Amino acid sequence: MASLRQLSALGLRKAIAAGEVSALEAAREYLGAIDELDGQLHCFNQVHRDRALERAGAIDRKRAAGEPLGPLGGLPLAIKDNICTAYGKTTCSSKILADFHSPYDATAVSRLEAAGAVVLGKTNLDEFAMGSSTENSGFAPTRNPWDVSRVPGGSSGGSAAAAAARLCAAALGSDTGGSIRQPASFCGVVGLKPTYGRVSRYGLVAYGSSLDQIGPIARNVGDAALLLSVIAGHDGSDSTSLDRPVPDYLAELDKPLKNLRVGLVSEFHSQSLWPEIRQAVDRCAEAFGAAGAAVTEVSLPHSRIDAGPDGILSSYAVACYYVVAMAEASSNLARYDGVHYGHRTAKPVKDIIELYCRSRAEGFGQEVKRRIMLGTYALSAGYYEAYYLKALKVRRLIKNDFDAAFAKCDVLLGPTTPETAFPLGAKTADPLTMYLSDVYTISANLAGLPGISVPAGLSRENLPIGVQLLSGAFNEPVLLRAARLLEVALGPAPAPPLAGSN
Amino acid sequence: MAPTEAENPTSPTLTTVIGLEIHCELDTRTKMFCRCLNRFGDPPNTHTCPVCIGMPGALPVMNRQAVDMTIKAGLALNCQVPEFTKWDRKGYYYPDLPKNYQISQYDLPLAREGYLDVPLPGGRTSRIRVRRAHLEEDAGKNVHDLAAHTGVDLNRAGVPLLEIVSEPDIHSVEEVMGYSRSMRRLVRWLGISQANMQMGHMRFEPNISIWVGDGQRIFDESAGYFTPILEIKNLNSFRSLEKTVEWIIDYHRAQIIERGRDWSLEKVGKQNWGYRDDLECCEFQRGKEEAHDYRYFPDPDLAPVRVEAAWRDRIAAEIGELPIARKGRYLAQYQLSDKEADALTEDAPTGDLLDSAVKLGGPVRRVVNLMMGRMMAASNQKGSTLAQLGVSAEALAELAGMMEAGKLSASAADRVMEVLLAEGGKPLDIATRLGVLAVSDASAIEAWVDAAIAANAGPAEQVRTGDKKAKQAFGFLMGAVMKLSGGKAPPAAVKQLLEQKLSPK
Repeated sequence: MASLRQLSALGLRKAIAAGEVSALEAAREYLGAIDELDGQLHCFNQVHRDRALERAGAIDRKRAAGEPLGPLGGLPLAIKDNICTAYGKTTCSSKILADFHSPYDATAVSRLEAAGAVVLGKTNLDEFAMGSSTENSGFAPTRNPWDVSRVPGGSSGGSAAAAAARLCAAALGSDTGGSIRQPASFCGVVGLKPTYGRVSRYGLVAYGSSLDQIGPIARNVGDAALLLSVIAGHDGSDSTSLDRPVPDYLAELDKPLKNLRVGLVSEFHSQSLWPEIRQAVDRCAEAFGAAGAAVTEVSLPHSRIDAGPDGILSSYAVACYYVVAMAEASSNLARYDGVHYGHRTAKPVKDIIELYCRSRAEGFGQEVKRRIMLGTYALSAGYYEAYYLKALKVRRLIKNDFDAAFAKCDVLLGPTTPETAFPLGAKTADPLTMYLSDVYTISANLAGLPGISVPAGLSRENLPIGVQLLSGAFNEPVLLRAARLLEVALGPAPAPPLAGSN
Repeated sequence: MAPTEAENPTSPTLTTVIGLEIHCELDTRTKMFCRCLNRFGDPPNTHTCPVCIGMPGALPVMNRQAVDMTIKAGLALNCQVPEFTKWDRKGYYYPDLPKNYQISQYDLPLAREGYLDVPLPGGRTSRIRVRRAHLEEDAGKNVHDLAAHTGVDLNRAGVPLLEIVSEPDIHSVEEVMGYSRSMRRLVRWLGISQANMQMGHMRFEPNISIWVGDGQRIFDESAGYFTPILEIKNLNSFRSLEKTVEWIIDYHRAQIIERGRDWSLEKVGKQNWGYRDDLECCEFQRGKEEAHDYRYFPDPDLAPVRVEAAWRDRIAAEIGELPIARKGRYLAQYQLSDKEADALTEDAPTGDLLDSAVKLGGPVRRVVNLMMGRMMAASNQKGSTLAQLGVSAEALAELAGMMEAGKLSASAADRVMEVLLAEGGKPLDIATRLGVLAVSDASAIEAWVDAAIAANAGPAEQVRTGDKKAKQAFGFLMGAVMKLSGGKAPPAAVKQLLEQKLSPK
């Protein structure tokens, strides 16, 4: 019954609610697809088969008893493996947490399950969400369902690839510098990073605490809106979550957008952008224009991207991001020391310092070590002002640019990534080139703003191209409606051939 | 300026210069950043949760009660309480610190630039400036007495900790002790800490240097120099604080004689030393080369704290009369001795008990004697404050009043107090039940007096004749009457009758 997996989350929810499909059938169907395809793709670190079937059965019993199923009643979802679940493991794709069992559920996970979701398993990522290709996983890389020789992007590569390959109805990812939007773009699905403070971070294993947000990865805008409605909202356990009402994003989705003002970010529309991606952005601008929106050019001077004589790009935003994120990471990851939980060296040690050093040396991968060292350096006495404090000032300037832009526009339009999915191994030798994968997405994290990547067709190589929309803080209703407008104009995003092969 | 002491006419003057950090656990219901109970003495790791044991993904949420208490301490210490403060992470690796960083306050503490007036023996007072008071989370405890391992108990991890940092205004052991004891009295008075030393509620970290040179011009480099600053961490009793400061001062002096200017802050820098309780001496731990770089930065998990005027004013209104003012009032208004005034201002409820009993008509002297006598003994025995004994102001006032009116002898009052301490009740009821109320029937009293005189003719004669032992004999006769009456004869009436009957012929 291949068609069941072709249903969107909203479509499947409707079918389950109507009794056309049971939650158990849906869970079995997806678990079967995981069995068939995940050996090749490695989207999942763990599959919670028995628990998923049990939860699906419970949903069906509720339906039989005439009880409400909840807004996600019976939907099989996948969770990025840096979001805590009280069942199974939460590994962050790191050897240091390879056997870590969280004693509690993240708030976002509790909210999904309270809404009737069925969690299939935990998806692969770049270790501790540090990377843009999922090649930094401490276990194995995830592959792009459009071309298994290519990366799915990262760090939420497992969630994006699983959503694209129809191995789940939708998924949760986390986004610190583009980790939802960039893999969504590479895999041809919708990825939404909410406003900082919109979704509780409680239970999201911290990487860059002032930048991290949990968000949905889904096949279409409506499904993303559905998931956001469930996970958004104030949480007394997260002091940085904001106490503001949560709109029904889904109900507002198809309201007409009158007098929409779209800003085309001139700094992102440079000559260095791949022509095919540039053309996709232009097509979207035209679609907005055709729908009656006013499209103007706007400037984000401090998010400018410069191409050096060697063709290598540079950006204030990327530099600022890597100082802030790595400084926070160096502190956030200090707790993995082999004392209280996680990997502890098996070798004999002479003192506690050696226990720390060996456990961390064995448990962390290259990229994580690199970021811990850079962050530690940036916070050291004598360097704090030159790096961390300077980065905070740049961050303020980037924010100010957005404030000015959103005084004139409702949404900003630009590319999600500088290129389409690249082959495995293409950038692993040069971390700086890899860091530039986030060049268009990073500013939104620094400014705390919501952003969404929407599929905008395929390249000549038959690889998905994504475009990014950004809006002002807590303006997700308009952001989602603008994304929906594009989706309608461009037509439904295609599924990768592999997903339909059964 | 600082008191100085001349060593001998040819050597330079030595001035002890001490700064003191005091860590004080706040008596909140729950921990600083989670909802676990803040409780001492329970089995290890029973008050823990994902937040205070630093589990991946857990986040801190600020305890407002602890912030209130810190503001209260700051205001009582005459500090500025700025409108904007924030939380910072202080990074260092230690097994009792689960996150390997401590949430603290770095450059913007909740309170800064205040002072404490410290009463010293002989009626002197020293004003010690307070540089800052900030709030942080306590670490857990490493437990070393297990067979093959070191254990970590995280019940204390995340308990709110107030850190009060003085300016280097302390110049003697006497001042260190006066300052630290006054600080304990203050935090107890404010009700923000139990400040129980046995439970580790208070810890001291003195840093000690000696200024060699003109004591009137400390910090003026042309007038002298400092010896290295030696900092001693984690002293958890007044005794160890006193021993440490004495030991370090002696050590500095010996070094000055032995090494002269080689033992200077400029050449040696700061050092950390530790106190060995078993040996009553200090030992070197690390020098400036091994000093920690804590890599402070603002904690992104917590919003800055804005203390608006209304919040500050609400706390200020709760403070009331402080212990030094209260003590002054007791000396002047109640004519208490210094010792009594100190004892009865140890904590606010004890002072309040005295004030209420007096207000209810209890004669001051009698009330104070009751509190300083049997009640003090009971509080020492129980390790509680006087106010915690449960004797009400009403009972205290009534008991003192009955003594004053001659209705109870001192020994009878003692017995009533014992019952009050054990089971409470009304003093009149208790005295009646015990049968110790004084008899007011004049003929009965006279009969006891006559019987006592008849049975003790010798002493009676001594009183009558004004013998040199007359006073002693009179006391003996008083005792004999009281004994005959079973303690029920009112002493004043007995005294009067005896005097009348034995007046010199």
